[in-house]
Amino acid sequence: MPARLTVLIAEDNAADRMLLSTIVSRQGHRTLTASNGLEAVALFEQERPQLVLMDALMPLMDGFEAARRIKQMAGEELVPIIFLTSLTEGEALVRCLEAGGDDFLAKPYNRVILEAKINAMDRLRRLQDTVLQQRDLIAKHNEHLLSEQRVAKAVFDKVAHSGCLDSPSIRYLQSPYAVFNGDLLLAAFKPSGGMHVLLGDFTGHGLPAAIGAMPVAEVFYGMTAKGHSLTEILREINAKLKRILPVGVFCCATLLNISFQRRLVEVWNGGLPDGYLQRAGTSTRTPLVSRHLPLGVLTPAAFNDQCEFYPLELGDRIFLLSDGVLEACNSQGELFGEARLLEVFANNHEPAQLFVEIQQALTRFRGELHDDVSLVEISLLDEGIPSRPPLVFADSGQNSPLDWSATFEFRGETLRRFNPLPFLLQLLLEVQGLRPQAGVLFTVFAELYSNALEHGVLGLDSALKCDAKGFAEYYRQRSERLANLEEGYVRFHLQIVPEPNGGRLILRIEDSGQGFDGPAILRQQLGIDSLCGRGLALVRQLSERCTWPADGKGVSVEFSWSRGHN
Amino acid sequence: MADIHLDSAVLAVLQDIMGDEYAVLLETFLADSEERLRLLRQAEMTADAQSLRLAAHSFKGSCSNMGALLLAGLCKELEDIGQRQALPEAPVLLEQIEREFAIVRILFKSELQRYRA
Repeated sequence: MPARLTVLIAEDNAADRMLLSTIVSRQGHRTLTASNGLEAVALFEQERPQLVLMDALMPLMDGFEAARRIKQMAGEELVPIIFLTSLTEGEALVRCLEAGGDDFLAKPYNRVILEAKINAMDRLRRLQDTVLQQRDLIAKHNEHLLSEQRVAKAVFDKVAHSGCLDSPSIRYLQSPYAVFNGDLLLAAFKPSGGMHVLLGDFTGHGLPAAIGAMPVAEVFYGMTAKGHSLTEILREINAKLKRILPVGVFCCATLLNISFQRRLVEVWNGGLPDGYLQRAGTSTRTPLVSRHLPLGVLTPAAFNDQCEFYPLELGDRIFLLSDGVLEACNSQGELFGEARLLEVFANNHEPAQLFVEIQQALTRFRGELHDDVSLVEISLLDEGIPSRPPLVFADSGQNSPLDWSATFEFRGETLRRFNPLPFLLQLLLEVQGLRPQAGVLFTVFAELYSNALEHGVLGLDSALKCDAKGFAEYYRQRSERLANLEEGYVRFHLQIVPEPNGGRLILRIEDSGQGFDGPAILRQQLGIDSLCGRGLALVRQLSERCTWPADGKGVSVEFSWSRGHN
Repeated sequence: MADIHLDSAVLAVLQDIMGDEYAVLLETFLADSEERLRLLRQAEMTADAQSLRLAAHSFKGSCSNMGALLLAGLCKELEDIGQRQALPEAPVLLEQIEREFAIVRILFKSELQRYRA
């Protein structure tokens, strides 16, 4: 059943007007009549009819002008105008259409055709109405979506940007809304100094791509702050993503563990394009190649956390990039690609400019900068080691224990899988007096533990590390021996002793190895500045006392505090 | 069909559409047509080809609606003359139109009488 419409009839001929008005009324519509264009426009403004039957040739104002004005007043709403005409010349019909006419009706009038035309125009009118409603609805939904994204971004920024991306050793290029492209960049200082960096790229776009970023950031920051190792963080992130993400959603990622003091970088790349380690003062570049499936694909049992280790020198730079860089597309549909990126590296003369040059090459290639590119550079600066903010503790430390001792022994299979340092340091930091030295404690514990494990338990020879090839071999042997470890132990003797004005921590660490001549190693390490690292020198520098028992099977270090400092 | 003064089939449809208003429609047409004729004569006297064309066009439209087929055909010819600016041909055609309208007028009057009876 067609709707009852209000129809405006503009016709200067009285008989025709009367006839038409009667036909339209008989078809169930309400009619308004005008005998010239001016009247028609005034009536339209006043009554807002839904359809207009308009004679082309009328006195005072013709139908063309009246049609133009009515269409203008109608705005977005479709008010169909049917021109009443016996005009037959094409030119006149074109004028009708140009003035906004939607159809024609020729004289003599035919009721059946008129009714069919009014119904057809009514359908068109409703269609336009529906389109407008849906457009407004879509606009509303879109606004809603954007406001949700703003909220999600605000929450995400709190989580993701709690790290150290603003450190002077990091430069990065990333849109503030990158998380909705699935891109994720995180960086955090380790308690022992040094830094963890993660560049991730989730599959998909929008909120689904962003949602996985939250748990990754939480795990990354939480575990880094507690002193967990890169492999532990990798395992935890992978397990968590595998558990929570639907099949087909995963995270390509590169993780770095940079030890500024030990001049060492540990790399794990799962599915991201090659990163690059650009050596200072040379054009040598080591690609940091993906050797793993992305995070969130494999079960914890099948996951491979094996990292690669590279020595670092002052001035070295590490570049990581998302595939948005290689897949940047120009107007001809060509991809930027690896070859163009390598060309930028090859043409570089001033390493400090590389980051900017890559950016410029991308902008030149595409004509404009898009927001789906993530690029980060970490450099080992001459200005020294980046400083980390002091650790923050939730409790007041009033109930701090002051007189105790404990011994822990971690054996074969445990050493293979478990990193005891976060656990031990958590315990020690219950002692309020030690908290201001937390960073130093982490550094010294990490150094002594890796000495005990690598040289003592695993029997690795640090002399291997004296060139780049031996360096790689050293870490290959380390992971192989660790995987097959059955026996051996590392012992921690912790002793907290109260003193008149404060207290003292005495830590002795022993291992099941052959023992070693600490003072001799120390002399060697102080004498050279090489790939061998300066582990023991560092420990001695950071701790108050550092002594070696006569049997060589351990090291003892001491830290003290006085109440005045707290 | 061009020699039909007034198409009775058209009249039957009009009566069906208009119902009680049928007589008013016929009277309105006759009164309006007098006005069109006056405008046509005036346009011819002032040699205004555009006005001649518009008035002939409008008259043609209502004639076709009312079933005055011969008259509508003559108006079409006059409209063409206005279009072609061929004013010298206008007086002859205008006279024909006046004669034809006189016939149509009589036919409508008798139709009115029939209808009211």
